[in-house]
Parts: sequence; C-alpha cells; structure tokens
Amino acid sequence: MPMRHIISVLLENESGALSRVSGLFSARGYNIESLTVAPTEDASMSRMTIVTRGSEDVIEQIVKQLNKLIEVVKVVDLNEGSHLERELMLVKVKAQGESREELKRMSDIFRGRIIDVADSTYTIELTGNGAKLDAFLEALDTSVILETVRTGACGIGRGERILKV
Amino acid sequence: MELTGAEITVRCLQEEGVEFAFGYPGGAVLYIYDEIFKQNKVKHVLVRHEQAAVHAADGYARATGRVGVALVTSGPGATNAVTGIATAYMDSIPLVIISGQVPTAAIGLDAFQEVDMVGITRPCVKHNFLVKDVRDLASTIKKAFHIASTGRPGPVVVDIPKDITTHKTKFDYPKTVSLRSYNPVTKGHPMQIKKAVKMLLSAKRPFVYSGGGVILSEASAQLAKLVKLLGVPCTSTLMGLGGYPETDRLHLGMLGMHGTYEANMAMQHCDVLLAVGARFDDRVIGNTEHFSQEKRQIIHIDIDPSSIAKRVKVDVPIVGDVGQVLDELIKQLQASKDKGDQTALKTWWTQIELWRSKNCLNYDRSSKIIKPQFVIEKLYEVTKGDAYVTSDVGQHQMWAAQYYKFDKPRRWINSGGLGTMGFGLPAAMGVKMAFPKANVACVTGEASIQMCIQELSTCKQYHLPIKVITLNNRYMGMVRQWQQFFHGNRYSESYMDALPDFVKLAEAYGHVGMRIEKPSDVEDALKEAFKLKDQLVFMDFLTDQTENVFPMVPGGKGLSEMILAEEL
Ligand SMILES: Cc1cc2nc3c(=O)[nH]c(=O)nc-3n(C[C@H](O)[C@H](O)[C@H](O)COP(=O)(O)OP(=O)(O)OC[C@H]3O[C@@H](n4cnc5c(N)ncnc54)[C@H](O)[C@@H]3O)c2cc1C
Ligand SMILES: Cc1ncc(C[n+]2csc(CCOP(=O)(O)OP(=O)(O)O)c2C)c(N)n1
Ligand SMILES: [Mg+2]
Repeated sequence: MPMRHIISVLLENESGALSRVSGLFSARGYNIESLTVAPTEDASMSRMTIVTRGSEDVIEQIVKQLNKLIEVVKVVDLNEGSHLERELMLVKVKAQGESREELKRMSDIFRGRIIDVADSTYTIELTGNGAKLDAFLEALDTSVILETVRTGACGIGRGERILKV
Repeated sequence: MELTGAEITVRCLQEEGVEFAFGYPGGAVLYIYDEIFKQNKVKHVLVRHEQAAVHAADGYARATGRVGVALVTSGPGATNAVTGIATAYMDSIPLVIISGQVPTAAIGLDAFQEVDMVGITRPCVKHNFLVKDVRDLASTIKKAFHIASTGRPGPVVVDIPKDITTHKTKFDYPKTVSLRSYNPVTKGHPMQIKKAVKMLLSAKRPFVYSGGGVILSEASAQLAKLVKLLGVPCTSTLMGLGGYPETDRLHLGMLGMHGTYEANMAMQHCDVLLAVGARFDDRVIGNTEHFSQEKRQIIHIDIDPSSIAKRVKVDVPIVGDVGQVLDELIKQLQASKDKGDQTALKTWWTQIELWRSKNCLNYDRSSKIIKPQFVIEKLYEVTKGDAYVTSDVGQHQMWAAQYYKFDKPRRWINSGGLGTMGFGLPAAMGVKMAFPKANVACVTGEASIQMCIQELSTCKQYHLPIKVITLNNRYMGMVRQWQQFFHGNRYSESYMDALPDFVKLAEAYGHVGMRIEKPSDVEDALKEAFKLKDQLVFMDFLTDQTENVFPMVPGGKGLSEMILAEEL
C-alpha cells in the first residue's frame, strides 16, 4: 500500500541542488505531494521537506537515491519516529454583510488569524497539518473562497530526534 | 604567479597524470586548446565526432581502470557527447568530461552555441559542475576526478564558460578533497559478513553471481580465491566477464537473457545466492515474479546501497567495496571449522553437470556458410584468448560474449547498460592508445559499425592497428531476431540495404580491407590480419543471415524458460 511519508533532506545550499532532487523524482517516477526548501541557520545548507507516497520498497529506494546525490548531506524519513508537521495557508474569502461575522468565528475556531481586511474580503492565515487545513477549507462554503495558497508541509522529529550534520 | 583558467585546466589534467584527452575543438574551448598546444604531457587525440571522444575515453577507462578524459566545445559539441556520457553512466565508468560553455554573461540569453549542459546531462552523470569563478576551477576539477573514480564510479561533467578560461588566479592544485556530503562506504559491516559466512556454509545449493562491480573493484583475485575455497559454481554477467577465469570448470559461463542453460538453471534453483557487484538487471533475472517463485536466500555485496533491494528482496545486504568485503569474508571462512555440507554440494554439482551436458552453445560446425560463432571461436584461438575485445551492440555482441572465453578482467569492453551501437570502434581506439602492443579486436555488425565509422580516420592519424571483425549478416540481426520471434517474421526496417563495400571503404581511409566468404578461409584470414601488426585491418565476414542467438529468455519470461537452439 502506498503510504504517505515525510522526508527531510539536508543539502548543500547550491544552485542546482533543488533541480537534482526534483529531477530525480520525475526521472524515477516517484510521486511528490509537496516539496519545500529554504536555507537553515547554517547558511551553507538548505533543508527540504518532501511529502511523497509509496510502498515501503519505493520509500527505501527514494531515501537511497536521495542519499546518492552528491549535494545531499543527510536524509531522514520522519515517519520512522514520531514527528510534527506544519503547513501554512493563506485564504482570501469573500466577506460581506453578515458573513463577515461568521467567517471571523470560523477562523477563530481553527485558530486562524485575519491578516488583511478589505471592504469585501478577508485574508486568513492558518497553520497546522495538512488535514487541518483541508478541514478548514471544507468547513467554508466554496462560494466564499476566492483564492488559496499553501506552502506545503515542513516537518521535524519530536523530542530528542534531531537532524543535523 | 597567476594562471588563466585555460592554463589551470590543462595543469589540473597534468597533475592528475592524464595521458590522453580525447576531444574536438570549437569556439568555447579555444583558450584551452591553445594551452594544449603549448605542452606535451597530456596528449590530445582528435576524434571525428564528439560521441567517439567520450567512447574512446570510456574504452581507455575500462581497459586501464583509470579515469578517462574527454574535451568538447559548447552547444553541439556538448550534445554530441551526451550518448557517450550516458553509456558510461549506465556501466559505472569513471570519466571526466570537460565541456566549453558560452561566457558567463551570455548564459541564459540563447547565445550562439549555448546549451544547458548541466541540465541536459543531469540524469546521466554521477555529478556535474558549472564553474562560475576561476578561483573554484582547480578544486572543481579535483572534485570531479575524485567523484568519478571513487565509490560507484561514473562520469562527471565540468562545464567551463569561455570567460573563465581567460580569468586569472593563483594555481594551487589541492592534494586531497573532502566532501561532507560524499563519503562512500568501502568496508563491509562485520556483523553482516558474519551472517553471510554462516549462510554460505549452511547452503545445499550455493551459487556465486558476479558482475561489473568485481572488475571495477579490481577484485578478481579475491573472487577466484573465494569461489575455489568453497568449490562452488559461479557465473558472470555481461559486464562481469573476465572477473573470474571463464576457462575454469567452476565457471558456468554468462547468465541472463543470452546466458548459458547451466548458469540460468543454477541461478533459478540455487538455495543461497551470493551476488557480488551485480545489480539484478532485467536482462539477467528475467521476470522477477518468476525468479521469486523459487525460494532462495540472497547475500548482496554492492558499494551502492541503491543497487541493493532495488529489484529483488535481499536477506543479507553488505554495503562495501567488493575487494575489501571478499577479503574479510575469505578470512572468516578460513577461520571457520565448519566446511559446509560437502555431500549436498556434490549432489548440486551432479545436477549442474547434467545441465552443462546439454551443451547449449553448440552450433552447426559443418555449415557451408560462415557461422558467426565460428568466427569468434577462431578469433579466440588466433589471439590465444589474450586480446582486448571491444564490441558494438547486437547479435555479434552476444556471440563475442558467449564464444570468446575471457580469463582476465578488463579484456571484454562493451556497452551493457545503455547498449550503444557505435561504441565498439572508438572504445577500441581508447584501448589501443593505452596498450599499443596488445591485440585489440573490435567485434561489430555491419549496422553498428556505420554509427561511428568516421573514426577509421582517427585510427589512421594515430596509427591504431585495431582489427575490426565485422559479422556482416546484412541485417540488424538482433532486431530481426525479435521480429522473427515476436512480430510474425515481419522484418520491418531491419534489412541493411545499400551497404558500402567495406573493403574499399577501409582502403579509402588508408587501411587494409578483407572480405571473407567461406568458413575455410576464416582462420587464415584472421592469422594474416593479426600478422599485420602495423595495420588496421577491416575484416568483413559474410555470415549466415538467419542465425539467431541462443539460449534466449524471451522478454517477460522467467530465467528457466529459455529457448534453446536445438528446440527449433
Ligand atoms: C543486446 C544486449 C543483451 C544483453 N544480454 C545480457 C545477458 O544475457 N546477460 C547479462 O548479464 N547482461 C546482458 N546485457 C547487459 C545488461 O543490460 C546489463 O548491462 C548487465 O547485466 C549489468 O551487469 P551487472 O549486474 O554486472 O552490473 P553493472 O552495470 O556492471 O554494475 C555494477 C554493480 O556493481 C557495483 N559496484 C561498482 N563498483 C563496486 C565496488 N568497488 N564494490 C562493490 N560494488 C561495486 C555497482 O554499484 C553496480 O551495482 C545485455 C545487454 C545488451 C545490450
Ligand atoms: C544507437 C542505437 N540505436 C538502436 C539500437 C537498437 N538495436 C539494438 S541491436 C540493433 C541491430 C544491430 O545490428 P548490427 O550492428 O548489424 O548487429 P547484429 O545484431 O546484426 O549482429 C539495433 C538497431 C541500439 N542498440 N543503439
Ligand atoms: Mg548485422
């Protein structure tokens, strides 16, 4: 069964490193649900979080193939232990008349924040795991959603589990 | 003193002890060529097509174990090199390819002869670099050689923009490289090796399956020691031929799609399989489901973790260098009091000899038409089994693999993973440059040879007396064979029409040409050709057009479901 896995990768912060990873996934037919990348506190290194799906065999190959890339320093399949996952979403909604109150309440329930207010719209910021963000969108009436943008998940191990060189 | 990027490039090659750079000039590399001109340590070999430059560097690397070097210009020079690079990549051959690039400021502007070389080659190199600052040039080239030649070897491209070759900096060639993100494991895990020893000693039907990794690791001595110590049967992949002496009784010949009956049966029916530097390719194990129907335990030694458990499940994975792991394995085996189940081994050998007695490589030796197998057998005899044999791709490649018995590593040089027609002749040039005194034969087909035939000119210029053995069946024989078996005898576009007169063609290039039409002339012609020590001889053997390669495991079938010659 293809399971959802979150894979964290530390890689050299060099131009081209990202395309090696994305090229690997397309060339070998691996699935990517999301991929995020940004520099770490050590500016010479970036950290990437990849959400993918695959059988145990496929995930094992993904981890091995990532490790094989010369610029990849470390790879961890976060699913091997307990971990946290967060994603940021911005949603612009139609907010007019009485629905303004309703949307404000809804945003509060999901611990969102309204970060931009205009005459007829709100922009709501929401963080959480993917399921929570999905749930928020489902809770809204589709006709009020004007635009959404999501960062893709980033993940980190719980407690003492640390990914560092 | 400061040197220009071009000077630095050539100095780096000198520092690496590079003997030959195979290449072709052009605008983006003019400054580098200027520096090549001013020195004579690195000999430049001017090919006639960049694909051949890379194949020649590749042939040199396969024959010597050293890093092969090619030098090409930007744009079309670079794209022409890609087939060669992919060929080396699939067979894990260490190469450094230096390509010119348009000046830094022009990159991305669709400049004249601009192509994104780093982007184009990304999926078929071990690694590649675009040099953006002359101060990084020397260390980048050092890294390129290091990455190409260590761990699982492979080609590395260094793309150098033209302006970088004129910028100046202090030259300081680093003695060592350390890359925090690249540290291949070479020593096998002791616990895993211990498990392997136990498993081997408990085997009733042990089998050793060895591949290109044995050659790449220079571990044929250790492999022979291990196999002889255990007294077990062994086989080699197409890439592993010569890793174990083929004339030894313990060797069952090549396995796989065109492997011997005995090797394939042993592979299918063994109970403990020791895989050594081999990657369970689809041309080797056939249908994986069929392969897994027989229960066997697998020990897999490979330096690349991603080769392990990629296509089949493995019981004892050992990540490490073949040579180092086998040393340890042998040590532990010698120390063990347990000598394994000798009675079971005897029974296993009885079974194997029964399979072997099928004599699956037999063919019609009384034929009035030249049989291709016969040519290879005679080639083997005439060269006393001691030639370097390169090949192209097709039936002739399989016959060369089956009928030339390689007793030494690095003697059999062919494109296995990519199966690149056009490889044979330029690869032979690389081999001949490395070993001018050795006999070098290029076994080819009338279709394959035409893919890089222009290199006959290079052979003339550099006095490379290669013997070109063309098994001319007037067909793309391998394609025709598949069409005969799987496409109802519809020989769609596989007939080689309008062939040139190869004898005249060879002569036009300044070489000797021979056409051989009768079986009785084969041996004498070969003897005569090899006597012509200073001449390239192009031998055009008119062979049986209908001959097929057997045994054959049809695509999608299991290893033991071979078609044998006698069954047709
Ligand atoms: C027309 C045609 C027909 C073919 N038919 C057959 C056939 O019948 N039989 C056959 O065998 N092949 C056949 N092939 C070739 C086939 O496609 C593969 O190229 C070949 O089987 C692969 O050989 P290998 O497993 O030895 O791997 P290689 O490609 O040689 O790979 C070597 C392995 O060793 C590892 N390695 C490298 N260095 C080391 C080291 N120092 N220590 C440890 N491990 C190391 C690598 O990581 C890799 O996994 C055919 C090809 C063509 C073109
Ligand atoms: C560059 C390239 N194109 C196409 C093929 C597909 N192919 C494999 S074998 C073959 C025929 C080779 O014919 P020939 O060189 O005459 O050898 P034969 O099989 O007749 O011995 C072809 C077209 C290939 N391997 N490489
Ligand atoms: Mg042919």
